[in-house]
Amino acid sequence: MIFSLILGFILLILGISMMLTRNNLIKIVIGFSIMDTGIHLIIVSIGYIRNRTAPIIDAAVNIKDATSQVVDPIPSALVLTAIVIGLAVTAVMLSFIVEMYKKTKSLSIDDYQELKW
Amino acid sequence: MIRKIFVIFAIAGLIMMLLPLVVNFEYKDSLNELSSQYVRGSIDDLKSQNVVTSVIVSYRGLDTLGEVTVLFLATAGVGFLLKHKKNKNSLRKASELLQTSSSFLVALIILFGIYIFVHGHLTPGGGFQGGVIIASAFLLMILSDINLKFNHLILHLVESFSGAFYVVVGLIGLLLGIGFLNINIVPLGNFGQLFSAGAIPIVYSLIGLKVGAELTAILNTMGGEQ
Repeated sequence: MIFSLILGFILLILGISMMLTRNNLIKIVIGFSIMDTGIHLIIVSIGYIRNRTAPIIDAAVNIKDATSQVVDPIPSALVLTAIVIGLAVTAVMLSFIVEMYKKTKSLSIDDYQELKW
Repeated sequence: MIRKIFVIFAIAGLIMMLLPLVVNFEYKDSLNELSSQYVRGSIDDLKSQNVVTSVIVSYRGLDTLGEVTVLFLATAGVGFLLKHKKNKNSLRKASELLQTSSSFLVALIILFGIYIFVHGHLTPGGGFQGGVIIASAFLLMILSDINLKFNHLILHLVESFSGAFYVVVGLIGLLLGIGFLNINIVPLGNFGQLFSAGAIPIVYSLIGLKVGAELTAILNTMGGEQ
């Protein structure tokens, strides 16, 4: 759907601007998650073909003519991988933030100058 | 001030860069060569109803093995970073409503998770989704009882053995001479039945157990218990 593509584009831009403008570390991680969701929506939209059904060959699809009745399965498979990796990365980022907060008692990114140039 | 201007320029540049993707987007009207091969192969060669599952477990099986490894590394990282004891006295006890309903629901949710990953080759579902559902049952247990202690030995055993068996299933294919992670190591069965699609249900059940155990370990560590 073109709607999901536009929605994914908006979420991607929102997520990146949130990551760039916010000070709070937790909010940066939330921005990352929003960006992630936007990218997933964009990838799934690319595989969409009009008037076709999900790539599951059940009673709704004629087995003989399956290739002309289902949408592209590859973007869905890629997004499934991306969702799992995004979950894992988010968990690690949040535990880093917990550890950093315990060291410095601050969630503002301005208080972490070690890697600044 | 300068930083804000840079940020605005960066976002504007990004929008300029990505806008053609949205504006000039055209729908495809047919599957490309590779996708058609995957759909046909999933029906004829693998006897798997769910084409996405056959792409993930069989055609791109090595990717999935890497994905499971990334999830394992994330679990290890979270466990390594969050080594602390929670102050349990500061937490309020869960309400009676939550305690009663969770003791009723946990078994059902676990059963549903198992259903999802066993039927991964027939319905929209699979190991990762089923594993997450199982972990949500354990999250309900953690929420309802703040003093709950999981048996870590069992969690580690389930996680390690399912991961090891996944690699062993792959290596059996190598021993039989048909390739790493080939699903033809057991008979394919009939299209559309539970015992079909060769080793896909086995592999997805192992992935489901592994993901469930790993996410439970992550939730448990984030809950603060050692």
